[in-house]
Amino acid sequence: MASRGGGRGRGRGQLTFNMEAVGIGKGDALPPPTLQPSPLFPPLEFRPVPLPSGEEGEYVLALKQELRGAMRQLPYFIRPAVPKRDWRRLPRELKIRVRKLQKERITILLPKRPPKTTEDKEETIQKLETLEKKEEEVTSEEDEEKEEEEEKEEEEEEEYDEEEHEEETDYIMSYFDNGEDFGGDSDDNMDEAIY
Amino acid sequence: MTQAEIKLCSLLLQEHFGEIVEKIGVHLIRTGSQPLRVIAHDTGTSLDQVKKALCVLIQHNLVTYQVHKRGVVEYEAQCSRVLRMLRYPRYIYTTKTLYSDTGELIVEELLLNGKLTMSAVIKKVADRLTETMEDGKTMDYAEVSSTFVRLADTHFVQRCPLVATTESSDPGLPPPAPTLVINEKDMYLVPKLSLIGKGKRRRSSDEDAAGEPKAKRPKHTADNKEPIPDDGIYWQANLDRFHQHFRDQAIVSAVANRMDQTSSEIVRTMLRMSEITTSSSAPFTQPLSSNEIFRSLPVGYNISKQVLDQYLTLLADDPVSLDLNSLYKDLHKALACLATATLESVVQERFGSRCARIFRLVLQKKHLEQKQVEDFAMIPAKEAKDMLYKMLSENFISLQEIPKTPDHAPSRTFYLYTVNILSAARMLLHRCYKSIANLIERRQFETKESKRLLEKSQRVEAIIASMQATGAEEAQLQEIEEMITAPERQQLETLKRNVNKLDASEIQVDETIFLLESYIESTMKRQ
Repeated sequence: MASRGGGRGRGRGQLTFNMEAVGIGKGDALPPPTLQPSPLFPPLEFRPVPLPSGEEGEYVLALKQELRGAMRQLPYFIRPAVPKRDWRRLPRELKIRVRKLQKERITILLPKRPPKTTEDKEETIQKLETLEKKEEEVTSEEDEEKEEEEEKEEEEEEEYDEEEHEEETDYIMSYFDNGEDFGGDSDDNMDEAIY
Repeated sequence: MTQAEIKLCSLLLQEHFGEIVEKIGVHLIRTGSQPLRVIAHDTGTSLDQVKKALCVLIQHNLVTYQVHKRGVVEYEAQCSRVLRMLRYPRYIYTTKTLYSDTGELIVEELLLNGKLTMSAVIKKVADRLTETMEDGKTMDYAEVSSTFVRLADTHFVQRCPLVATTESSDPGLPPPAPTLVINEKDMYLVPKLSLIGKGKRRRSSDEDAAGEPKAKRPKHTADNKEPIPDDGIYWQANLDRFHQHFRDQAIVSAVANRMDQTSSEIVRTMLRMSEITTSSSAPFTQPLSSNEIFRSLPVGYNISKQVLDQYLTLLADDPVSLDLNSLYKDLHKALACLATATLESVVQERFGSRCARIFRLVLQKKHLEQKQVEDFAMIPAKEAKDMLYKMLSENFISLQEIPKTPDHAPSRTFYLYTVNILSAARMLLHRCYKSIANLIERRQFETKESKRLLEKSQRVEAIIASMQATGAEEAQLQEIEEMITAPERQQLETLKRNVNKLDASEIQVDETIFLLESYIESTMKRQ
């Protein structure tokens, strides 16, 4: 396109390179027009080398799959949290979870301090896991009821409310916790968030 | 970090730690070091989930933290360390070949948990081994700890940086600011500890080991709630040492392929002698005299001194360099040879043997013109041109322009084909990352397609197992097995075969990645 546009004044239809060198001779027919989309995979010209088999290969393979499975079972595998509910719509007795949430927050503050030894982290992770499991048990019963009742809009509203709700409690908790850094922290974050 | 690497990290984190950790991890890799609140704000996750995720990542040595001014702690992710997760099976298998099942389980526990105290590792491993043994036999802690000590002696496991001992801090307030100060000192002390620790580590781990088994045996029957003797001293697997071992293995097998078994044994001896004396990133091993090598050869080899000298001269034109009476191994050159061999074989597999011939030719002669390539390779012009352009478009070969006139006119310029090994290696490495990402995605796709079927078969297996445990008849078991129809069984078989193939391919590509990365790293260090 560029060459044709540039060659308008000097001589139409001239290209900067010699066409014969590329392989298209003068008067040769151009390749036939393509009528279908190109195939999904390029054609495989040479067969690939066979994969390593034998004792070592199979052992490492089995090990890999075992590791994958094992890591899913360890406490380090964090499952996505169950979405929080709108409390106005549920019977009040199910609200026990709110207290559990607060307990969670208190125990979570421990890992926030980096110099603590990792032992604490392990304990808190285990605590969190057990708490989460309890949560899941409670909410699994709710789930079935909820799915029938809720519409999409309400879910969105809930989540939006829930985020605000959470941020407020975080704000308050950190205010009590880091009394000294409170003003300084937000200023710092403002500065750093800019870039 | 390239996009391909980030994508691969994301897939690995997701598979091993779940989506939340993946989101945080990828965000940190992309944006560099950030404090806690900024992470929470940018990723849109709640603060407590970010905290959980960061704990997990730090525990597994994937994220490090640093204290900055005004007491802000910033977290930084190590992308290359995340990519090491592909190699875990290889590390564990290597330990198995060197230290048998006990060592294998020790390294496995350390890799799965990131960091552990020695006592915790020993306890877990002993429990696991006891399960696999016959009824009535138990695994003695002493045996496990002796294997642990051997692993520490050969540097396969190392101590994690320690927390600095707190000086007299304010007993009253729970101190966010003073703890951060201690954190700085902790960072300060860390290098000293780990450096001295490498020498002392053997002694200190010996002390631990000596103290522990005696303490353990009476405590074994007592309460588990007694304080652990080595509290706060955590161990992790030393990946660099494993890499050194892999590199040595690769060199030895390459020599064995080129020459014979005996010469590879000689090279192995040389490498083993310099194992602990050279650091893992040194470009040369320590110079050794041929006498030393002669003395250290394994007992089974009864070759005389002269034969040994002959072998050494033979090896001299390869990666081994002969310098008067001392021999040292040019490790960088060895790695370059291995990387080049990898490139050659890739060209061969992708483009065919004639292309490979042209590639090797250009490698050997460094710079060649188009006409010279056709002449030397004895391939007709049109085909040679076609192949060269194909390799050029894939960046295995590059073009070097040498102008005859200052205006660089194309008709008056030499165009020489050349192979730039470093850039070709980089390109291939990038491709490898992409391939593994593709393999993992394909495997996940296949598994997701047959998810329902997999769940059904798992349930059936569970039912069969429980029925067998309670003692059921043959007919009942048959009935339950028939719950899975024949075509479903076929589908499961195909799925299993495909997944195995994809997994094996991942392992294979990871080996290539290791070679290329070692080569690139060693080249960068030289410059």
